[in-house]
Amino acid sequence: MAEELRIVLRNYGKIDPLNIDDYIAQGGYDALGKARGMDQKALIEEVKKSGLRGRGGAGFNCGQKWQFAYMAPADQKYVVCNADEGEPGTYKDRLIMQNDPQSLLEGMAICGYAIGSNKGYIYCRGEYPYVVDVLNQAIAQAKDKGVLGDFDIEVRMGAGAYVCGEETALIESIEGSRGEPRFKPPFPPSQGLWQKPTIVNNVETFANIPVIVDKGAEWYAAIGAPAYPGTKVFTLTGDVNNKTFFEVPTNTTIREIVYKLGGGIPGDRKFKAVQIGGTSGAFIPEADLDTPVAFDAMAAIGATLGSGAVFVLDDSRDIVDVVTRIAGFFEHESCGKCAPCREGTMRTAELMEKIDAGEGSADDIALLEKLGRVMSYSCLCGLGQAAPSPVLSTIKNFKADYDAKLM
Amino acid sequence: MVNITINGMKASVPEGSTILQAAQQVGIYIPTLCYHPDQSVKANCRVCVCEVEGNRLLQAACAAPVFEGMVIKTNTPKVLEARKTIVELILANHPQDCLNCIRNGACELQTLAEDLIIRDNPFELMVRGFEKDLSTPSLFRDPDKCVLCRRCIEACSVIQSVNALGVEGRGSEAMVVPTLGKDLIDSPCVMCGQCIHACPVGAIGEIENIDQFLAAVADPDTIVVTQIAPAVRVAIAEEIGMATGELPMEVFVNGLRQIGFDHVLHTNFTADLTILEEGNELLKRVKEGGTLPMFTSCSPGWINFCETFYPDLLDNLSTCKSPQQMFGALVKTYWAEKMNIDPSKIFSVSIMPCVAKKFEADRPEMYDSGYKDVDIVLTTREIGRLFRQSGIDFSKLPASSFDSWMGAYTGAAVIFGASGGVMEAALRTVYEVVTGNTLEDVNFTGVRGFEGIKEATVDLNGLEVKVAVAHSLSNARKLMDQVRAGESPYHFIEIMACPGGCVGGGGQPITKRNQKRIERIDAIYLEDEAMPIRKSHENPEVKTIYEEFLHEPLGHKSHELLHTHYHDKHKKYL
Repeated sequence: MAEELRIVLRNYGKIDPLNIDDYIAQGGYDALGKARGMDQKALIEEVKKSGLRGRGGAGFNCGQKWQFAYMAPADQKYVVCNADEGEPGTYKDRLIMQNDPQSLLEGMAICGYAIGSNKGYIYCRGEYPYVVDVLNQAIAQAKDKGVLGDFDIEVRMGAGAYVCGEETALIESIEGSRGEPRFKPPFPPSQGLWQKPTIVNNVETFANIPVIVDKGAEWYAAIGAPAYPGTKVFTLTGDVNNKTFFEVPTNTTIREIVYKLGGGIPGDRKFKAVQIGGTSGAFIPEADLDTPVAFDAMAAIGATLGSGAVFVLDDSRDIVDVVTRIAGFFEHESCGKCAPCREGTMRTAELMEKIDAGEGSADDIALLEKLGRVMSYSCLCGLGQAAPSPVLSTIKNFKADYDAKLM
Repeated sequence: MVNITINGMKASVPEGSTILQAAQQVGIYIPTLCYHPDQSVKANCRVCVCEVEGNRLLQAACAAPVFEGMVIKTNTPKVLEARKTIVELILANHPQDCLNCIRNGACELQTLAEDLIIRDNPFELMVRGFEKDLSTPSLFRDPDKCVLCRRCIEACSVIQSVNALGVEGRGSEAMVVPTLGKDLIDSPCVMCGQCIHACPVGAIGEIENIDQFLAAVADPDTIVVTQIAPAVRVAIAEEIGMATGELPMEVFVNGLRQIGFDHVLHTNFTADLTILEEGNELLKRVKEGGTLPMFTSCSPGWINFCETFYPDLLDNLSTCKSPQQMFGALVKTYWAEKMNIDPSKIFSVSIMPCVAKKFEADRPEMYDSGYKDVDIVLTTREIGRLFRQSGIDFSKLPASSFDSWMGAYTGAAVIFGASGGVMEAALRTVYEVVTGNTLEDVNFTGVRGFEGIKEATVDLNGLEVKVAVAHSLSNARKLMDQVRAGESPYHFIEIMACPGGCVGGGGQPITKRNQKRIERIDAIYLEDEAMPIRKSHENPEVKTIYEEFLHEPLGHKSHELLHTHYHDKHKKYL
């Protein structure tokens, strides 16, 4: 194990991303042709059978989602690619878009055919203007070649708000409104962009699609963990020797990622914790390192897979201080729409700062826990629900670090 | 129907119901804050969260639809802890000045705090420290009290299509702010005050003029005179613990004398007068090819709206002042003369269902008597406060009649308080003026009711007059766009800024539901039916004023005192 397997990064370094002919020479757009020769229902069934689950963090069965949009009657449907990639430490979507933009376009076009949509949007992170250039050139080339048929794709740029990675906030932003989440239901596959049935999938999810169509659902379903098949791209940061990216099957363990691929902790330091999935991920202690990086296995240890960011901390790090900074991040990035997130992220930051400064009490920790618990199941969207995770997981797994800072 | 279990009880509720509606049906109360029965679902306060079996997340009862077999629990420890914590969070930056807040005793947050047994808030109180916005003479904003439910925004944008309020900043810095500028006065705000009704707390309220009133009463040299708008009586009952419409007019008059008014007169008198002036103006425009359709000009929120958003249509506005301002100009001229009172000693107070009237009274055009025509405007709510301050028990108070010369009125004036009322009153008079026949049935029911836009065609001896009535400014906008496009089929259009007309005005008792506005409308028509005279031109005091003072509608004196012009207030970027 601990071998790389490149599916979404299959063309990385092999093709000129700005030359569509290179992509086509690698078999690009064969899958779209094949898909268009299939019955829409059969195509969706194939994607469903592959077991592909959303790579944006929520882990919903992709084909199932498509089926909802396919079944929703409407005069117009939309395909939206979530390329907001706002999770600190994450750059997997950028890798795909910069190095193989056509695979994303092809995946979106296959989705468009499957659900009956002729219009796609790529919502690209505001800090990626150079990626927007690549995407626009790629779209222009695809249009010139005529490979997309009647499927049109437009790039929209975010303005830097973290919450716009949340699919309904992203939709609001495309519509020109303040980027704020909507309550669900209705879910986007029934009422999304401009109230029309909409599929919002992550870049990595779309990039899997052409390969699945090409090689078949069974081939894909056999890779990695059975309940969350395929591969996942991880980006490693922090106290780890190989600060780079890897695409691995989903039955790889955290330990393998940190120690085998990541090359372990630099110097003579020891492992302290690893945060997986981005800023809202749980901090995982040594004891849980043998967990496979599959959606459900991670959930079982109270963690998430999220975006695939892997942030390693060695034993020199002040974990309470790190979490205090994270709390500040969420206070800044909360959109302010729902009360528990608007007020809760601010109060969490306030309490963390107090504890970090050595002025906290056991009551403050208890209050943090209660607040985090309430936020995790009361907030309107994933941002507020996930924001307490770093706090709650560190209080649970690294309580001694907190106690050491109390008055 | 959908079968659900709620707190262990089985129930069958209509498909498409939310958990909140289902709970109401079985008699379970779920606390809410951002929820408003006549607005879209917001689901942003999260106070109404409930447990739904099979779901890790709590569900907002106001937004979550029921499904077959749904098992809901509305008061588990998990739910109660969440609700309490959320309200504690909201209270932790809310000024703790309930005792002197304008919404003391009528605040949804206060009720929530009590219902959820909030005692020691574990979160440290941190009031945000915003400045109060006192830029308009009609309403204030106190952003520190804002709970960001956004109901005011919906009232302003969806109901009124004014868009004077929006959200700025994010996270804990998110705030409801005026659009296009720092203060409300810089925004397109028309001062209708519908945001006041929408606000669950004291973050928006009327500018009170109570102290000026009390000072005038305290001054022995000042003669304090009042006028009462038609929509006030039906609603004031709600302020003093009576059912809508239940306070008899003459008992109300005595109540006003009790709190210090020297003379009690009625805006209804000038409402009748408005019909004579406006009816004749309409006929003149029709006969002489003047600008049509003509728009009514009684509602100052509507006037502000027209000046701001449709300045190209100002010529369509009737030049008649509103009844309030006609009254103001006459009380310090005609009435002072009649009563042999020095007009400089008159303090003219109008009692209005409206906050935009405060702005109107302050307009520079409104000094035609040689003085400020209307010195101050008190809303229905402020009068309610004054009644409570004086401890008046209306169940034991004897009746008292209006003072003379500007106190008599007809049923036609009474219905000014409801949407369609000005139109109906005008038709009652115009019909008789044009045809010379007596109108047997005075009820023009086609223009009554709560529908947003109503229309009717009236045959005046072969002259077909097409009329339309709109209430709420989003409905007005539809008619105005039609006029602007040159496609309006109407001769005469009545617009009232507020939902239901003046009965739903921004100065009325806080009203969350349109159903309450409809009750007030019903009370208005009951009052009209009971009136001995129901046509404005038959008002004996109106006859007198024309005989002795004005001489004829649209005459010289009328132009001097009763008519005005409006001004382009178009704002950049609108």
